[in-house]
Amino acid sequence: MALLQVKGVSKSFDKEEIIRQISLELKEGEIVSLLGVSGGGKTTLFNIIAGLSEPDEGEVYLDGENITGRPGKISYMLQKDLLLPYRTIVDNVALPLMIRGKNKKEARKKASSYFNEFGLEGTERKYPAQLSGGMKQRAALLRTYLFSEKVALLDEPFSALDMLTKGAVHEWYLDVMEKIKLSTIFITHDIDEAILLSDRIYLLTGKPGTLTKEIAIKEARPRRKDFNLSEEFLAYKREIMGHLEGENSGLAIK
Amino acid sequence: MKEKLQNTTNKCWSVAAIAGILLIWQFICVLEWVDGFMLPSPIQVLVAFIEEFPILMENSVVTLAEAFIGLGMGILFGFIMAVLMDQFDVLYKAFYPLIILTQTVPAVAIAPLLVLWFGYEMTPKVILIVITTFFPIAVGLLNGFKSADRDAIHLLRAMGAGRWQIFRYIKLPGAASQFFAGLRISASYAVVGAVISEWLGGFAGLGVYMTRVKKAFSFDKMFAVIFLISFISLLLMKAVDILQKKCMPWEKE
Repeated sequence: MALLQVKGVSKSFDKEEIIRQISLELKEGEIVSLLGVSGGGKTTLFNIIAGLSEPDEGEVYLDGENITGRPGKISYMLQKDLLLPYRTIVDNVALPLMIRGKNKKEARKKASSYFNEFGLEGTERKYPAQLSGGMKQRAALLRTYLFSEKVALLDEPFSALDMLTKGAVHEWYLDVMEKIKLSTIFITHDIDEAILLSDRIYLLTGKPGTLTKEIAIKEARPRRKDFNLSEEFLAYKREIMGHLEGENSGLAIK
Repeated sequence: MKEKLQNTTNKCWSVAAIAGILLIWQFICVLEWVDGFMLPSPIQVLVAFIEEFPILMENSVVTLAEAFIGLGMGILFGFIMAVLMDQFDVLYKAFYPLIILTQTVPAVAIAPLLVLWFGYEMTPKVILIVITTFFPIAVGLLNGFKSADRDAIHLLRAMGAGRWQIFRYIKLPGAASQFFAGLRISASYAVVGAVISEWLGGFAGLGVYMTRVKKAFSFDKMFAVIFLISFISLLLMKAVDILQKKCMPWEKE
């Protein structure tokens, strides 16, 4: 059975339907991306999955348990790293543990034990302002992981980074994911990023947003270095772009 | 390094300016452009300060005690007000305009009333200081709480944090710099408030000393105590700066 199931979720704001009848699932250890244009309802869907807002209809199940409208079960990472400037890196990362009631010492100890794995060694006592953008993103991901080891939602986690940093962070990300096997759904509007990082891609298109296509990327992980230059990669890209164009021209006719 | 050097040269200029003014003042007195009785020279002021030092210190202790008690209570009161107004919107709507209104009443105007009600002891002085100091603290903190990053709150909610955890981890530390900005102002208000309320009646303190030397037309002692008061205010503000650096280590760079 799938680890996370979203069943027929719809949501409107001020009588405007944002997303309609969205169903998706996530298996253990899978990385799935949600690809679509900005303002297409991706973040609305994430807020519902995270339990921050209630859907008008539909449910969210984690391990078969209905968690609709209950925050604190699924971890969530936003586009901004949102590291608190007044806490050291280790205290930032340990925050979800402290919120769950662990005492400071224990939380710090547990958080520190992951610093090597995430390539963050030596930054424990630094403040976020002293770190580079890529390093901050690593710390934010570790915090996300400590918040829930089961499922993470990443809302455009790498979009604030520049091209070159992005490449390095992607590599690091896949590497870490191999180690921690965190089941993840991430939002992106970058087609290359979606193909490069995910096992499956859901395309969210239209207004109201619906899932119009699901594409499995059949390239085994860990992926070869030049995957993004291969024929298969281009074939996936063509398929996605073709589908998005079809959807858009459909919109234009309407 | 370069910045530090820059800082030192900046300080040099202000020290030079102060020295220049004192020098001109001294010249004016030596050349007797102004009646020596009305305007004592800086050196005469210094002599008066040294002669009166034990008495000045005695009175300073009283004034400082009033200032600290008043400031401490003002901080406590301001903090409680800010927290309540942040947590309960009804209280914010009800009391925020009222708090602003209290600030349009000059402290000097209510001081005599406080003396009539509470006598010549410490109580009216402390009350006046509380009234003047709680405002910058409350408003600073409240603005700090209200300007907390919405996304950060969102994230903590997703982590399952409750209201007080959001307060503890986001709002409170986020308001630190505004709190200290308010505290700087309040610290100097506290000293001035203590002196003013002592003018209007009391048994000891720098304000009482001031009215006494005024009646004796001792201009040199007047100046000595004025300088002492401004020096104490400066010292307190410096202490707030040091405290702020200690409490906010992340601001270092």
